[in-house]
Amino acid sequence: MSGLIHRLMTRGRGLVVAVPYVWLLLFFLVPFLIILYISFSEAVIAQPPFTPLAELVRDEDFGTTKLQILLNLSNYQRMFEDDLYILAYLNSVKIALITTLACLLIGYPMAYAIAKAPPSRRGTLMMLVILPFWTSFLIRIYAWIGILKGNGLISNFLQWAGITAEPFEILYSDWAVYIGMTYVYLPFMVLPLYATLEKLDPALLEAAADLGSRPFRAFLQVTLPLSLPGIVAGSLLVFIPSVGEFVTPELLGGPDTLMIGRVLWNEFFANRDWPVASAVAVALLLFLVIPIMVFQHVQGRQMEEAR
Amino acid sequence: MKRFGFLSWALWFGYAFLYVPIVLLVVYSFNESRLVTVWGGFSTKWYGELLNNDKLLGAAALSLQVAAVTATMSVLLGTLAGIALSRFGRFRGRTLFGGMITAPLVMPDVIIGLSLLVLFVSMEQLIGWPEGRGFTTIAIAHTTFAMAYVAVVIQSRLSGMDESLEEAAMDLGARPAKVFFVITLPIIAPAIVSGWLLAFTLSLDDVVIASFVSGPGSTTLPMVVFSSVKFGVSPEINALASLMMLIVSTGIFIASLLLARQDRQRARDEQMAMQGG
Repeated sequence: MSGLIHRLMTRGRGLVVAVPYVWLLLFFLVPFLIILYISFSEAVIAQPPFTPLAELVRDEDFGTTKLQILLNLSNYQRMFEDDLYILAYLNSVKIALITTLACLLIGYPMAYAIAKAPPSRRGTLMMLVILPFWTSFLIRIYAWIGILKGNGLISNFLQWAGITAEPFEILYSDWAVYIGMTYVYLPFMVLPLYATLEKLDPALLEAAADLGSRPFRAFLQVTLPLSLPGIVAGSLLVFIPSVGEFVTPELLGGPDTLMIGRVLWNEFFANRDWPVASAVAVALLLFLVIPIMVFQHVQGRQMEEAR
Repeated sequence: MKRFGFLSWALWFGYAFLYVPIVLLVVYSFNESRLVTVWGGFSTKWYGELLNNDKLLGAAALSLQVAAVTATMSVLLGTLAGIALSRFGRFRGRTLFGGMITAPLVMPDVIIGLSLLVLFVSMEQLIGWPEGRGFTTIAIAHTTFAMAYVAVVIQSRLSGMDESLEEAAMDLGARPAKVFFVITLPIIAPAIVSGWLLAFTLSLDDVVIASFVSGPGSTTLPMVVFSSVKFGVSPEINALASLMMLIVSTGIFIASLLLARQDRQRARDEQMAMQGG
């Protein structure tokens, strides 16, 4: 009897894991393998628009059939030879780093101030940080267009105040992209920072003060190192998606705001070149694998601690 | 005292940064003038014009349907995944499973979109399904990344829950399925509700993945907004954006009221149980 129950239990357990597992294998892992496959093929005008890698070739001399596998490396070669791709990668990393830094500079004091607020008010203050995240990403980017454009609010204000005579356009520049990306990713930075800062024992700071440390020094030597896990988690949550960002540079950036997400989009939608788009995706993924693994490690540790 | 000054300034600056653009957007949706940034008097005409825009209404209907299906499937799959991750200890393939659950949280949209599109194209060639792209493929794509968010929400709720309740029910002879439906499910219900809302919002918000996996004739609301925003700002989009924000914030407000009430109820129940015991 107990054996039967045990079997039923393990079968039930198996199903609980198997259903989401199979879904993710099919719709998350397998697609990457297909992308990897296509990145080694050649673009052709057909449906689907790429050549198969493996073909059964009939050898007439011997009357046998053999499997011929063609690995085409030209898509990757092109990425090293054409400046466009390398520049786009470097620029994406630069923009993502600046965004992360800006989020950290604005988000850290916010998270710190909320963690120091009376417990009864913390919930509301955090809710106010999260709420914009619930409103559409696209709409929040859109909101900045009216502010940053040449006859927009900032320009009108500067002209009204007599600081500039000419319309002052920030839109369609790298600066607009920094502002927009910092804006949309800020909640992702504040959330993990607040989670670590809130757990910090205030007795540690009191001890530092008792030992004669000034508040600023106590912050540098006690608070900052202890909040490092939050800094790492928040920075990765901002940095990783920023590198592959498409919507913000497309709407706020200029035509010369080169980012790899935009390059991939154009290869796919404008040039219809699936193999090159796939190669760009594979390269982006290889670049992001290390940060993603660090993120998973940090995330996993926080989950363990929460238990 | 000086330091407190800096901190509250930083806090207020942060909130202003987060909210001023949204407030301006709403204010200018009531602008009479077609020039978005020049105030021409109060008017609600842009809202009226929205109701006559069939293309927009059709896209909104499609998006809401996709979001509802996505949220429901994400909750089913995400809850199972969350339970597996927080209750099953080490099982075979757990590392890969955990990796596949957290990766979509940070994976750039363009990669998810492209990879799912090539999957759908290859599947159609191999087994003839899915036929073309549209509602089904968008819902599958959205579920794949939204379930990851749900799984994280469920997992953190389960980690914070007292496991001895489940053990006690098990000791009293309840089968695992019964333990789940009678004990675990009511306790994680708030997480399921917020997971559903989160998945719904994520789906309603996505433009990049939907652009890859949608076919002709299935244009979602964000896709319409995106293409019209590329041609510049229009008061009509401001009105649409304000309306969407009104709906979302009303939903969040009601949900958080319900959750708060349920939490209070639970705390009361627990206290009574303690006193009774």
